Amino acid sequence: MNPVDMTTETLRQQAKQIKADGCRFVTVTCLEETEDTLALIYHFEKNLELFHYRVRIPKDKVVPSLCPVFSAAFLVENEIRDQFGVTFEDLEPDFNGTLYFGDSDVVTATPFCRFGVKRADG
Amino acid sequence: MSNTILPFGPQHPVLPEPIHLSLTVEDEVVRQAVPALGYVHRGLEMLTRKKDFHQMIQVVERVCGICSMMHAMCYCRGIETLMDIEVPRRAQFLRVIWSELHRIHSHLLWLGLYADSFGFESVFMQFWKIRERIMDINEATAGNRVIVSVNRVGGVRRDLSPSQCWWIGEQLDEVETELKAIESTMLDNYTVKKRTVGKGVLTKEDAWELGAAGPTLRGSGIARDMRELKYEALDELEFEPVVETGGDAYARGAVRFKETLQSIDLVRRAMARLPGGETAAKVKGKPEGETALRVEQPRGECMYYIKADGSRFLDRLRIRTPTFANIPPLTAMLPGIELADVPVVVLSIDPCISCTER
Amino acid sequence: MFKKIMERSRIKSPWLVHYDCGSCNGCDIETLACLTPLYDVERFGVLNIGNPKHADVLIVTGSVNTRNRHVLEQIHRQMPSPKIVIAVGSCGLSGGIFKEAYNVVGGVDRVIPVDVYVPGCPARPEAIIDGVVEGLSVLADKQRRPDAANGAVAVDHTNSEILYESR
Repeated sequence: MNPVDMTTETLRQQAKQIKADGCRFVTVTCLEETEDTLALIYHFEKNLELFHYRVRIPKDKVVPSLCPVFSAAFLVENEIRDQFGVTFEDLEPDFNGTLYFGDSDVVTATPFCRFGVKRADG
Repeated sequence: MSNTILPFGPQHPVLPEPIHLSLTVEDEVVRQAVPALGYVHRGLEMLTRKKDFHQMIQVVERVCGICSMMHAMCYCRGIETLMDIEVPRRAQFLRVIWSELHRIHSHLLWLGLYADSFGFESVFMQFWKIRERIMDINEATAGNRVIVSVNRVGGVRRDLSPSQCWWIGEQLDEVETELKAIESTMLDNYTVKKRTVGKGVLTKEDAWELGAAGPTLRGSGIARDMRELKYEALDELEFEPVVETGGDAYARGAVRFKETLQSIDLVRRAMARLPGGETAAKVKGKPEGETALRVEQPRGECMYYIKADGSRFLDRLRIRTPTFANIPPLTAMLPGIELADVPVVVLSIDPCISCTER
Repeated sequence: MFKKIMERSRIKSPWLVHYDCGSCNGCDIETLACLTPLYDVERFGVLNIGNPKHADVLIVTGSVNTRNRHVLEQIHRQMPSPKIVIAVGSCGLSGGIFKEAYNVVGGVDRVIPVDVYVPGCPARPEAIIDGVVEGLSVLADKQRRPDAANGAVAVDHTNSEILYESR
């Protein structure tokens, strides 16, 4: 697989383009690349073929959500919010980091990051 | 009348697994459904830091007990791609046989639960009685009823003898006869149709847009089955995806019923063409690189993303399961239906919560 | 007289409630398989019901995680005494293969007292039926000595440590 690189600025515009091409949203993979950066890999599908787009972001960056384009993206973006602490703009519905973990739960940091970051909302 | 918010789950008589839905209802009609997950979340993707890539097979099998074979197969295929391992032809056929057996048992299980959700208990018992034959096959060939654990990196652990193939064929004939006997009950019965036709309609456009997977997608008239990717031995075994156009709970049930018969046929043909030779290739070295691949599970397409850095431990394992993709369509299906039909519609996507949350 | 009938029938026909507590579904479908034609526990008078307030036996499958532990505690609290808890499957016993995962608290006995442990991954239907039958003698015992049985089993719900003593 060879992911195409994108930036957060062009993300939504390109997603619209991808959708216009007849692609289907599959999922988003988040991974920790270095101590301060994460990579989001967006997977799309057309005619049984997968297309990958990669966005590299610093850990505290707010990422535009894909929900206005692909409404199915809300679940996976909420999951990434829980696990990596990435904040998404225009996420609907937004569980605000409580999709998997309740308010009283012990897991409060970002469990999927080797190098944890403190959540903005404490 | 003003809106009321009703909690549905996590512990609910019709739900075998805990999922919570907040249903906004107006009188008896659902207006909005918001899912809340987390009751089964364990964090299995992060076990890659503690278990090496061989041990992870046992972990991914337990992402979901019902489709464990497919999870392990997809994971092993990913590792084999990264390590450039050529899987012996016989192992590829054996993987197809066991995965299709898993599909049969999963669909029969679901058909039973589905019948139970609209109160048809005798059909529920019938399906589960038929299913026990498949469980016997699993036990006789792999040693365990549910989690068969036949996959390893490079091939399969177990082999089928000719006499076992003959016996499996005999059992499958019985399964087919028994299934045909209740086909009309499931597909033409007045009561069943009354409870399922027109319930939880998902249009073709919505199904595509919301990223539905598997029988939920095919029930809405889109012929998309990941087995068309011709993985393992499927390049030699032709088949047509089962499609229904209704888009309702009935169509999804019909797709699964017909797929069960189709899988029986696939297992038979795979056993007839089973070539000789080794069942596993030698594995040397460690995986490196990244890959994304998909297989068709009973519930739909499952995507694995694997990134390895050449050490024993994988860098990142991401599992996108079919039910995860089917939850957004579910929230689109529920508005407009009556409260008493909610269990039927929720079950019609075949929810597997332990897959979804991992 | 009425009490005697109650006591007899509780042992002869225990009602059970099943809660899936983060298992992989393997044990759940085996628990369900117990109720269907081949194994059919209803012939022993065992009835599966969805309501914890009607139940004598709680079957828990899977490891406890940080969110569902509260649900498990609530279900256990709602059940009338005498009651028994059966933990099914390796992960219900100790956390099993999921023990090292970050969101897993551990076995069922970290949260509520467990009377019978059924091992297996997944536990076979025969083993689960055996566990229920084994549990009935515990239930009879608790019924005979309600104070002793209920006094010895105590869990502090505010702390995740095991605070109760074994019977």
